[in-house]
Amino acid sequence: MYKYDEYDHKIVQERVAQFRDQTNRYFAGELADEEYLALRLQNGLYVQRLAPMLRIAVPYGMMSSTQVRKLADLTRKYDKGYAHFTTRQNVQFNWPKIEDVPAILEELASVEMHAIQTSGNCIRNTTTDQYAGAIADEVIDPRPYCEIIRQWSTFHPEFAFLPRKFKIAVNSVPDQDRAAIMVHDIGIQIVVNDQNEVGYKVYAGGGLGRTPMVGSLIREFLPEKDLLTYLEAILRVYNRYGRRDNKYKARIKILVKAMTPQVFAEKVEAEWEHIRKSGSELTDTEINRVKQYFTAPDYATLSDTPTELAARLQDNKAFKNWYERNTATHKQSGYRVVTLTMKQIGTPPGDVSDKQLETIADLADDYSFGEVRVTHHQNVVLADVRQDQLFDLWQRAYTAGFATPVLNLLTDVICCPGGDYCSLANAKSIPVAEQIQSRFDDLDYVYDLGELELNISGCMNACGHHHVGHIGILGVDKKGEEFYQVSLGGSSGKLGGGSNAAIGKILGPSFARDEMADVIEKLISVFVENRTEEELFIDTYRRIGMNPFKERVYAQAH
Amino acid sequence: MPKLIKNEAIIDDQWTLLEEVDSVENVSENTIVPLAFWLENKDSLPANTGVWFASNEEPETISDVVNDLPLIAIHFPKFADGRGYSIARLLRERYGYQGEIRAFGDVLQDQLFYMKRCGFDAFVIRADRDMEKALQSLNDFSVVYQTGGDARPPVFRVR
Repeated sequence: MYKYDEYDHKIVQERVAQFRDQTNRYFAGELADEEYLALRLQNGLYVQRLAPMLRIAVPYGMMSSTQVRKLADLTRKYDKGYAHFTTRQNVQFNWPKIEDVPAILEELASVEMHAIQTSGNCIRNTTTDQYAGAIADEVIDPRPYCEIIRQWSTFHPEFAFLPRKFKIAVNSVPDQDRAAIMVHDIGIQIVVNDQNEVGYKVYAGGGLGRTPMVGSLIREFLPEKDLLTYLEAILRVYNRYGRRDNKYKARIKILVKAMTPQVFAEKVEAEWEHIRKSGSELTDTEINRVKQYFTAPDYATLSDTPTELAARLQDNKAFKNWYERNTATHKQSGYRVVTLTMKQIGTPPGDVSDKQLETIADLADDYSFGEVRVTHHQNVVLADVRQDQLFDLWQRAYTAGFATPVLNLLTDVICCPGGDYCSLANAKSIPVAEQIQSRFDDLDYVYDLGELELNISGCMNACGHHHVGHIGILGVDKKGEEFYQVSLGGSSGKLGGGSNAAIGKILGPSFARDEMADVIEKLISVFVENRTEEELFIDTYRRIGMNPFKERVYAQAH
Repeated sequence: MPKLIKNEAIIDDQWTLLEEVDSVENVSENTIVPLAFWLENKDSLPANTGVWFASNEEPETISDVVNDLPLIAIHFPKFADGRGYSIARLLRERYGYQGEIRAFGDVLQDQLFYMKRCGFDAFVIRADRDMEKALQSLNDFSVVYQTGGDARPPVFRVR
């Protein structure tokens, strides 16, 4: 894990001082509301429906157990004893007082954390695969590159006032994309060319929100050292030519589409030619310096499937379910990657109490070298667990409520906080998630359905990524009443049958909230009747199309 | 005389900025004129005439003559409009502009650190704000992670 040096510490401490001064000036009436708004957003501080909300940065989702314990402590001291994991791998507090935020930031700084650029029209937290570093099929560990981007984007003087928010994601696995890079402003796929050189395939102009789009390939191979100069070229073109007249048209995806990806790429290349040899060109020294923070932990020499594990798998079905569903193959023999699911029925997806945070920290210390990752599915990963300790871990995770074996299944819902918390939302999303999770509480059935992404957003801003759910649900407002629109066939790419990224298509007229579990049940029944053996929902949908689903769902309404 | 921040000090502003100008006769020494007007009339203007850019105007249009200019001002119509930052970097880094680059318009304390890093060296702070306080923000951070228009190396080249 990356460790701050004197420079990193200095920057974060200077930020705390700066924000304290800004907050003081705001309360003294020296900063207008809209000015403080832009400044506080760049520090993750929103003013929401019920209270302020503070979004804390978790760079590429990684935290130490010390940091997790600090979060637990802060939720007790400054909030209501719980926090929320977000789809950008960050953590949110829902009830801080504005005047407490400088103190919270100071405490965060003491454990090498901050809230820099977790919101606002600037470069946001760079996200990546939550299994990074622990899996065999990645080209190279993406985390050093994410850290290099994090530092470069922190207080970037030219890009602090962009037309809109800006999100970068990095993936390094050829056949899986847990970072959803195709629906990001910039998606970076780490590749190795035929000369065995590391580089990047660069996509731009993907994104969700009001006009969802899949990104376009703008560079087939970018050499390793040119990462920052090329990002700078893209951002400069966007900063200068991106629309600023309409916030819904201010995203880079609109610019890429308007220019055409080819012309956009030409502009970027022309810009890059001027700056590729500038001071932003990476050096071997820097790449190697950052890489040394992400070396493998001190693995023991072990063999796969030790006898105690094999025995447990044989005589405990619940454990076996969990093992098969919630753990994944590790690059190191004798280890597994474990996902703790934060999706217990009755708790909003991603919500976690102070006690649960401490339990996560304890589990990380006892089983995974004291390190955890937040996933964009709002779950938590322990990346390096010994197979001979999996049963112990499972028992403790089960007791804590983190062992529901539903990873990537129907009830592993991605869900934004919606109208219960968010002032932007048109509709509540959490009760819909709960209704569906309760309806599909038969684990064997959910298991049999296979991988199926159900994503719920309470408004067009798409924080719940509904456009890329195999089934997506969007809360809409009709004359002051809440309704829900369903879309099918979305995919963030390469998850579930290796499918390509796609934006879901709208099924038809929207539904009342209490109809939602019925609607989902009907969609599932069409899938079950039509699927070939082992076929996933997304693949059945792509084979049979929208009509059978549409007919079933709307048939009884007439 | 109005004041501004230049080279990290508060000094008298020696220049007059004309938002609009219709004739060369109305331009005296130490005047800043709109870019389009300057391009059209540059041969008949006094030697000591500066130009100002709107945030959507392109420094490419004067790339070959920038160093004939004593001063370039860049307008910030709203503090949230970040195009001026890119304009300043291009002037400094690509076209090697050595003269004064000043920010005016919606220019507030909390932007100054970023502006300075993009190559601005003069700041006309919005009239309702405290210039002394603004001055302090030029140095909000003592370490920088990335290259800018201010010739400071990113920390990764220093470590």
